[in-house]
Amino acid sequence: MTRKTNSISWRKTDDAASRPWTGSVREYDLIKELIIGVVVVGLLVLGVSALFGSPDEPSVSLKAWATAAPADFVGTAAKELAGTSDSAGYGPPYNSTPGASQTIGPVDLQSLSGVRLPVDTANDFVIVPLATLPSPPADLARWMAATDQQRSGWAAAYSDALAAAPDNDPAKVADGDYGPVPALTGALLDMARQGNLDGVLQNGGNFYNTDYTRSLLFLGDGSYFPGLAASQHLSGDQWGVMNETGDTPGQSWLWLFSLLYQVEPFKSAPNADALVVVTMFVLTALLTLLPFIPGLRSLPRWIPLHRLVWKDYYRNR
Amino acid sequence: MTGWLVASVGTVGDGTYFGWDGFTIQSGNLIVIVVMIILFVLALVLPFPGGKRRK
Amino acid sequence: MTAQATPGPGTPVEEPDAHTWTGRARRWLLKKLPPDKLLPEDQPSYVASWAYVFGMGAIASLLWIVISGIVLGLNGPQWYHVSSLGNFVNSTHLWSVELFFIFMVVHLWLKFWMAAWRGGRVLTWITGVISFVVSIVAAFTGYLLQTNFDSQWIAFEAKDALNAVGVGAWFNVANVGQLFTWHITLLPLAVGAVVILHVLLVRVHGVVPPLEAAESDAQLLHNRPEPAEPPEPTAPPETAESGGAVR
Repeated sequence: MTRKTNSISWRKTDDAASRPWTGSVREYDLIKELIIGVVVVGLLVLGVSALFGSPDEPSVSLKAWATAAPADFVGTAAKELAGTSDSAGYGPPYNSTPGASQTIGPVDLQSLSGVRLPVDTANDFVIVPLATLPSPPADLARWMAATDQQRSGWAAAYSDALAAAPDNDPAKVADGDYGPVPALTGALLDMARQGNLDGVLQNGGNFYNTDYTRSLLFLGDGSYFPGLAASQHLSGDQWGVMNETGDTPGQSWLWLFSLLYQVEPFKSAPNADALVVVTMFVLTALLTLLPFIPGLRSLPRWIPLHRLVWKDYYRNR
Repeated sequence: MTGWLVASVGTVGDGTYFGWDGFTIQSGNLIVIVVMIILFVLALVLPFPGGKRRK
Repeated sequence: MTAQATPGPGTPVEEPDAHTWTGRARRWLLKKLPPDKLLPEDQPSYVASWAYVFGMGAIASLLWIVISGIVLGLNGPQWYHVSSLGNFVNSTHLWSVELFFIFMVVHLWLKFWMAAWRGGRVLTWITGVISFVVSIVAAFTGYLLQTNFDSQWIAFEAKDALNAVGVGAWFNVANVGQLFTWHITLLPLAVGAVVILHVLLVRVHGVVPPLEAAESDAQLLHNRPEPAEPPEPTAPPETAESGGAVR
């Protein structure tokens, strides 16, 4: 680069881009531009808001779930008791299931925080809520007295039997040794239908609460809630995080993040989340440091769209 | 499903989606992307009203 | 800009005897960014294109985001579910965010094709990208605070990505209390700070000249002998600028 007139470099050299401009100027009013900008954008915002509004699809409660899909609710509750649900085997930060955390080679970022939001699905989602009832089911005592082995044996057997039953209907389950499990899940279903479970799971017996982790995990372990999301095109394999309900635009700026989840090798990787986040981190760093990257930074010179931006200048050289 | 905090909001419609096998895009997002491309092209080609030249 | 636009009464730019830290800081600031560079009344002749309006559009949108956000925040998170005025304010919050990103992305595209990092402006580019990234996180926390079906589902989906890199405990998408801290305090402060730094850097370095600007150009030759920038008595522009932050 002998002639400095055309340098693409970020460096300060002695070319025209590096020196204070000494050529001709035009009048410019910064404050006026700001005011005009605020007024024009304000009118746009008010106009578009009046025209299109914003969606507000009501949230889903455990009551709604238990009412609309009781078989799914009971099946999920049995899995929570058996410790076979997604949440039960999630790993950090909810519990310490061995081998559950997502690693990249030897790097295990997921375990960094430890179990900071402890979730014990059988107790937190089923047993403790049932114990808060004015008259807890009698079978609760039987569960409490049983060994861990008995508990998981009953719950797993019932969970399998439910999966095999026609329509997964608890009323059509084949006979078997399920211990107190059917009674417990049935009582939880009643509790949820009456709307009691929502409150108990959210505030854990306290007055205040802003933490919805447990309710959300329980809800997500079933198939009713993810099914609703899928019907709204919100699933991960449907560009989900980008989309808003209805026709309102969502977070379209997450397109690349969303895309990575849908292509190989990310799509089928067991540690897809970790891989996608790290990849996005690297790509963002590349964009940030783009002026330092040979080739990429020269694109504006090879594809000279800048001649359109500065067409007046180049015309009057 | 009626929380006491749900006012006049009905269920939002299903949304309009455009797509070819496997690839779908929601109408709102599509419009935002198209608007950005249009603004980009207009910014390049539209003549800018000349300001007062000064020395 | 003519000569009398230089230092106003009472604020001499050059203070040779500044020996306190405060005095030196003031002298450095005034040298880097004298008032008429901070609030200019003219721009180089090449600053004449619609390509230059999108940064200001993004800033204007950001102001509307902040205003509508304050109204929403002061009325509490449930207000917009039950009030039609609240719902409208929520709509303005959403649409100013959409416009903010539209303007910001077009601005980013244009600045890329103008190679606007040239001539010691790399920090301007970097702060621009950072403000984009921080804005994405801020918007994401806003989507989680809708307290409706959409936020419920986004929280359920997004927890995995955050947990996988070990931050899910502090950035708990299902804890509305934590999210309020992120969305109405930390992230807006971060976006505001980076955007202000970005704008100040633009003013310090000036708008980047055309990629093919040459010394022989008529618009540069015109008044070569007399600099249009306000003269700085001691340091000639070349040397004064060459010690810039990016070196």
